[in-house]
Amino acid sequence: MSVKFVWFNLMPWPYLGDDFRKNNRSVWVDIPSQLFDPVKANKVYNEYMDQLEFADDIGFDGIGVNEHHQNGYGIMPSPNIIAAGLARRTSKSALCVIGNSIALYNPPIRVAEEFAMLDCISGGRLVAGFPVGTPMDTNFCYGQIPALTREKYAEAHELIMRAWHEDEIFAFDGKFNQLRYVNCWPKPIQKPNPPIYIPGGGSIETWDFCLDNDYNYSYLSFNGYKGGQALMDGYWERVAQRGDRDESPGRAAFAQIFCVADSDAEAERLYSEHLLYFFNRCLHVYPGFSDPPGYRTLDTIKAGKLNQLRKEALEIFRNVTWKDLVEGGFVIAGSPDTVRERTEHMVKSLRVGTVFCLLHMGNMPDWKTRYSTQLFAEKVLPHVQDVWGDEYPDSDTRWWPRPLEDRVRPDGPEALSHARRRVDPTLANGFGPAAGGGAA
Amino acid sequence: MSAEVRAISTRRGVDGKVHVRGSGHPLVWFHGAGGLFPTEPLLDGLSADYQVFACEWPGFGEEPTEGSLEDMLDFALHGWDVIEALGLGDARPHLVGHSMGGMIAAEMAAINPRGLSKLVLVSAAGLWLDEHPVPDIFAMLPFELADVLFANSARGESFLSGGADFSDDEALKTLLITNARRLGTAGKILFPVPNRRLSKRLYRLSNATLVLWGAQDKLLAPAYADRFASLIENAAVQLIPDAGHMLPYEQPVAATAAIKAFLG
Repeated sequence: MSVKFVWFNLMPWPYLGDDFRKNNRSVWVDIPSQLFDPVKANKVYNEYMDQLEFADDIGFDGIGVNEHHQNGYGIMPSPNIIAAGLARRTSKSALCVIGNSIALYNPPIRVAEEFAMLDCISGGRLVAGFPVGTPMDTNFCYGQIPALTREKYAEAHELIMRAWHEDEIFAFDGKFNQLRYVNCWPKPIQKPNPPIYIPGGGSIETWDFCLDNDYNYSYLSFNGYKGGQALMDGYWERVAQRGDRDESPGRAAFAQIFCVADSDAEAERLYSEHLLYFFNRCLHVYPGFSDPPGYRTLDTIKAGKLNQLRKEALEIFRNVTWKDLVEGGFVIAGSPDTVRERTEHMVKSLRVGTVFCLLHMGNMPDWKTRYSTQLFAEKVLPHVQDVWGDEYPDSDTRWWPRPLEDRVRPDGPEALSHARRRVDPTLANGFGPAAGGGAA
Repeated sequence: MSAEVRAISTRRGVDGKVHVRGSGHPLVWFHGAGGLFPTEPLLDGLSADYQVFACEWPGFGEEPTEGSLEDMLDFALHGWDVIEALGLGDARPHLVGHSMGGMIAAEMAAINPRGLSKLVLVSAAGLWLDEHPVPDIFAMLPFELADVLFANSARGESFLSGGADFSDDEALKTLLITNARRLGTAGKILFPVPNRRLSKRLYRLSNATLVLWGAQDKLLAPAYADRFASLIENAAVQLIPDAGHMLPYEQPVAATAAIKAFLG
């Protein structure tokens, strides 16, 4: 199987001031609403969507969006809106919505419907993500009770999958959702369902959930490939320990920041300030929002995953430098050669089949984003896609969509004139005046 | 004063412990979201005149059977299940609850007003006033709590810090697990807004009720005391000076005297 590279845009707000950290306690949940400027957002949203279209055009396997609320580094509370726009302006790459926080939708059948719409509009290109959701989004922004969040998530998952899979209308008597007539209209093109990606932060329950259902486990952190190694090792150890599943790299995805330039030195000159904007401003999350009691399971706490909880975990970014970011593997940066070599190492060492590529970061201007993206697509991608050879088949639809060959391709100039075409009024000839001269 | 710890199991099958002190007319105490503390001076004071049953709420002790309590009705019925398990015979106990425990006691009283004698609500949660939004304790870091919970934050810090060293992994894990269970349970009725529409049901209550509040309560402003009194037919408000939300721990002597005077 080829490694799938997904161009991912977090959609950060690029106008956080130099003193943001000093004057505000958090970039998320209670970030002052005055910092958002809807007029500027007109350009920001369109620029970000253009970049995603560019990534489709230049050869990425997928384009990716996600869901955050009240968040200065992710102005995308509804990724489905962005994905709908992209479905109409792209036709090649997979649409990776990673994803919808299904415990937040009331009823969650809404997700089954919207994802089915996206799959139909795009001709079967959807990758469907089902995150439990961060405490910031789920509990503090959207008011879900921490101790009941996982149960609500599990119920939502069951409802959505049954709605997609079952051919007969059924009644659903859940604890959180009671529906007399579950009847998902429309249904997705991909059968039995689009590939499911589960973003997780390292809980054992999530690993088993992915393995039980043959879902992709996606580790989406900003820690980079070195910081993510221990966690991904834990995942693959779990796969081996269970022994009831194959070890296809398609079972895992990883998010990585990339910065490509002509040389290593140019990468620093071009991108350093934007990476520091991201790490020093965008990741400034008040620790009280990150772990409300009851959100994590007791088993996960007991398993000792404390590294993300300590105040120090956030403080390591306080005086972060470009050197720290590169040496720590937070970012893979440099010339195409450097990036190629490290990317190959990353894919192999983490054993992943899908890479979420963060090529726009912080307040990076459009041209730099495109420059880095272009170099990655032209000089890195072709050399790292075949890391896994053909041991596992590319046709495995558990991990990647296989869209309709004969699908509508609504992008490109012909598509626009097709959408705007006028009809020839003579087509109506022969239908004649209403019979009986309007006797009704 | 040491309490006798009695293990109970309710008809629902929820296990728990009740700390029993003193003798006299039964008085059942429901603690707040912080649980029972190593020293409970108010309960010690009350035990001179009453038999005090301090119920350790599911999730706050060792027994992991709290999962079956999910919503406000479960909580209120569990309170009555505990009282049934105490085997008090025909005696109708006084109910006294602090903060979250006050919310539970008020809900119990609204459901079954004939099951209790008198009701004391100490800095009770359960209502919401837009003019006095309750600070979000679920998003607070440990060092931020003392100032919100106590009139005197230095007093609060010395009370709340158990001297544990959280740079040690095991100590941190123990704290996290304890917190996850306690506040995780409390969150079922307090998160994200501590209002499960108790105000709609308080009309059922005709028992004599004392609404006892710290005059400097920064978590639940004294306006909440007035609101309780306006919703309960037979209620009186008493404010204790130099006390915040943790009134039973900050001014236990004054609180004891006020409750005794009311219960008679």
